[in-house]
Parts: sequence; C-alpha cells; structure tokens
Amino acid sequence: MDSRRKFWIRVEGSIVKWLFMACASVSILTTIGILVTLLYQGYGFFNEVSPWEFLTGTRWTPILKPRSYGVLPLVSGTLLVTVIAAMVALPVGLMTAIFLSEYAADNVRRIIKPILEILAGIPTVVYGYFALTFVTPLLQNIFNDLLVFNALSAGIVMGVMIIPMVSSLSEDAMISVPRNLREAAYALGATRYEVSLRVVVPAALSGIIAAFIIAISRAIGETMLVTIAAGATPRMALNPLEGVQTMTAYIVQLSLGEAPVGSLEYNTIFAVGLVLFCMTLLMNLLGFWIVRRFREAY
Amino acid sequence: MNEYKPVAGSVSPNRKRRKIIGTSVYFVFLISTLVGIVSLGVLIFDVLDKGIPWLNWQFLTDYPSRKPEEAGLYSALIGTIWLMFMTALLTVPIGVGAAIYLEEYAPRNFFTKVIEINVSNLAGVPSIVYGLLGMSLFVYYLGSSEQFLGRTLLAGALTLALLVLPIVIMASREAIRAVPDSYRQGAYAMGADKWQVIKGVVLPSALPGILTGTILAMSRAIGEAAPVIAISALVYMTFIPAHPMERFTVLPIQIYNWVARPQEEFRGLAAAGIIVLLAILLTMNAIAVVLRNKYQTRSEE
Repeated sequence: MDSRRKFWIRVEGSIVKWLFMACASVSILTTIGILVTLLYQGYGFFNEVSPWEFLTGTRWTPILKPRSYGVLPLVSGTLLVTVIAAMVALPVGLMTAIFLSEYAADNVRRIIKPILEILAGIPTVVYGYFALTFVTPLLQNIFNDLLVFNALSAGIVMGVMIIPMVSSLSEDAMISVPRNLREAAYALGATRYEVSLRVVVPAALSGIIAAFIIAISRAIGETMLVTIAAGATPRMALNPLEGVQTMTAYIVQLSLGEAPVGSLEYNTIFAVGLVLFCMTLLMNLLGFWIVRRFREAY
Repeated sequence: MNEYKPVAGSVSPNRKRRKIIGTSVYFVFLISTLVGIVSLGVLIFDVLDKGIPWLNWQFLTDYPSRKPEEAGLYSALIGTIWLMFMTALLTVPIGVGAAIYLEEYAPRNFFTKVIEINVSNLAGVPSIVYGLLGMSLFVYYLGSSEQFLGRTLLAGALTLALLVLPIVIMASREAIRAVPDSYRQGAYAMGADKWQVIKGVVLPSALPGILTGTILAMSRAIGEAAPVIAISALVYMTFIPAHPMERFTVLPIQIYNWVARPQEEFRGLAAAGIIVLLAILLTMNAIAVVLRNKYQTRSEE
C-alpha cells in the first residue's frame, strides 16, 4: 500500500469520527431545543400572566371570556385519569409479572410475553377509539349517570395500555433476584406464593417501584387516548363519571384551533407543555435514580 | 436493604390453610395475567366486528368525504407511507452514527455520560412535547418567513425523526455491542484501522439488528398521532402530496377525525381505518421478527 492511500484512509477515519460525534450531539441539541422552545414561548406567556396565578388558579378558561389562566384544573384532570390508570395497571401489572417470573412454565411465558408486547405496540388513537366506543357504553350499563366523555373509561383503558410496561420492567427486576434466595426459602418450608410475595417481591422492590414510576410518567404524557375519550372540559372536580381535560388534551385542542402565533392563546400551550415536561422529567429521573441507588448487588 | 424479615415468624403453621391460600393466590395471578390478554382480544374483535363491513377496495382508494359511504383513506395511507420513509431516511444515519460514536469511539468521560443519560431521558419525553418543538421550530420559526417549511411533510418527518431517534440509537447500540470482539481484533490483526474495522466488519454484522430496531422504531412513528397533529393540524386532504414540501395527513389523524364525529357510520370508518393501520404495523413487526430469527440462526453457525 502506498503512503498516499494510507494518508487518505487516515483522513477519512478522522472525518467520520467527527461526523459520528456530531450525530451523537443531535440528541443533546434536541433536549436544548425542547427546553429553549418551552422556556422562550413560556416566557412570553409569563410576561402577561403571573406564574403564581398560573400555578395556583383554579379556573382554566384561556379562550372564553372572562379569561382565566389557572392550570390546576388541567393538572387535576391529568392526575385523576392517571390515578385511575395506576389503580388498574399497578396491581394487574405486578401480579402479571409475578405470574410470569415465578409461576409460568417457559413455554407459557414464551406465548404470553409477545402478546403483552402487542398490547404495548398498539397506537394510542386505537385505545381512544376503544375507550369511547366500547368501554364507555359498557360502563354506562353499570353507572347510569356516566357521561359520554368521562375520566373513568379513559383511565381504565389507559391502565390496560400501561400493563405491559409495568409487567415487563417488574419481571426484569424479579428475574434478576438470584435463585439461591428462593431456594433458601423453599428449604425453610415456604410455599410458592410465600416465596414470591415475601422473598422475591421485597428483593426486587426497587426495580418494581421504578417500573411503577416510569409507567405513571408515561400515563401523564399520554395524549390521544384522553383527547378522544376524556373530553374537553377543564374541571377541578374529582368525579370520574364526568369529563375532564388533561394537559395533553388541551395542547391538542389548541393546536387544532390555529391560534395566531405569538398570541397569548398560542403561548398557553407552551406554558402547559412546560408543566407537563417538568412533571414527566422529574418522574423519569426519580425512576432511574431509584434503580441505580437501590439496586441490589448480589 | 439486604436484610429480610424471617419468613417463618409470620407464617401460619396451619399447612392446609397455607395450601388453600397458595392455590387461590395462584388463580388471582393467573386472572391478572389474563386481563391484558383478554383486553387485547376484545379490542381486536370489536374493531374487526365494526370495521370489516366498511372495508373494501374503494375505502383504500377514495379521498375523505363528508358522506361516510364515499369516504376513504387514500390520502392518509399515502401520507403515512411518505412520512415513514422520510423519517427513516432522516433518523437512521444520525441514529446509527450516534450509536457508533457511543460504542466505538466515545471516551469514558463526562460528555459521553451526559449523552447517555440524555438519550434515555429523551425516550421518556411525552410525544406531544416533540409536537410542540416541531410546531414552534419547524412550522413557525423556519416556516414563517418565506414558506420554507410550514405545515409540510418535511416538518412532520423532522419532528418524528427526533421522536424516534432515542429508540434507533438504543437499538443500534445493542446491535453493535452484540458483535463479538474477536471480529474486531481479527480485522485489526490484518492491519485495518478503526474506521475500516467499523465499515468492513462491525456494521455488516450489526446490520440485521440495526434494521430490526429501525423497523420497530418506524412502527412506533407511524402509530403516533399527537406530534403529527401539532404539525399538520386536521387538514382535509383531497389530493396526495407529490413532494416533501406539501401538506399531508396520516392514518392515525384520519382515524381520530372519524372517531371524533358523533355519527355511527364514521365510527365504522374509524374501525376500518384501525384495521388498515394495525395490518401495516403487524406486517412491519413480522418482518422485524423474521429478520431477527434469520440473523440469530446465522450467527450460531
């Protein structure tokens, strides 16, 4: 090989190295882009509305007069749906994980896990359709005063949607509990459910809690399901039989309405987006932190 | 955290009772596992039941219409295909490049650590937030002056590319990590330099894994409605986009549009649209599974 060719190979090598580094920086630029967008547009909003009024106000009527910019109804709507979803997904997901990790034979697990993965891969607009056209009419047979748009059926369907997330992350945590802990318990005469609930679950607890937190954060950010099934009335009430508006559903509602760029209405979605972003970011960081901090080293 | 309460102290000595509890708990676990599976079955049955009567060739080739019996999803179907390929084109080179950097080049320092934490955090950002970024940056900031971007396919593809980038990076990293070190050392022993090793050995062996990850990321992208709504809004498309600088709509948005109407007929159309969307997703996932299986059997040889 002549030295000229060697030289060009070296040049090519160092160029691609910088190219790849630039590619990796795109992810950093994305984060910066998100932060700058939310903060810059949010700044325009907070110039006209005080952050105190925004964060403590209990009326959200940014489009209708008299205008009022209290974000709490959107936050409470989001939390109501999320709590219902968590009440479905956390117990069901955890028990699914226990079943898969401690009870199911290998071939049963090989069938069930891909089915649960399909559940996680279905687009959320499909879940919205399912909640509105199937679950709500079904629930109306039980609760006579259930409205067409309601937090209950959106929450239940969202719970089903995040079951696979809870179950697969919890199962990962349980499977990494070493075998000898289980065998020691069996040797002491414990039954299978005692081993599952008193040895494996406590040993895997940090991973399970992290799974819960990450799944809840996913529920908070979920958009199309609640836009379709939960309604568009920002309310502070906690009655799940009525409609609520979540933060995400508000953002969709307003971005459909073609609010003039730079107007206060347009800026509201970035202020709401900022709250949403902070809530999910904090929960994700908490989840990762718990996994790292309380990981059992065996 | 390493101390566990003694099991025996809190367990009833009555063996029969413990056995009964054990059996009933088993059934509770089993039923819980079935909740997800049964829900999936009911969902699919319900969609098929309501959608199949509306599903015909005309539905696939007609434009949306105010009359349900004449409505179709042609423009949304073409829009979804456009968007999928453009997103892949934008996100794969960047995602694979970032993965190569992180796996093969990056020194163990602060900057690398920041990128790694950042990628996993980005994967947890709600998709509607990407929609806000895309709307503000691509549609209005880059689009206002001379209609450079605006509510175009390209703006939608850029937004979705950022959304699925963390998925592509993580999948590609895994694929690159799975290439045995002996391959690299073999190539180095032949006198290759780092880039030649990556180009000639690492990338070809990691390719099936990268492809599988990319297909899965694209199936996530074409199911997304929220960020795309922020870009395209609910446009009434009676033409198909001819180039990336035109307006567009996609299947999830068309489905949302139909679900949001109160008339029963449009619900049927929505169900038929969902069947089409799920069929596309199923096909993509099947391709990914086949690729993965082929790759696995080959590497065992």
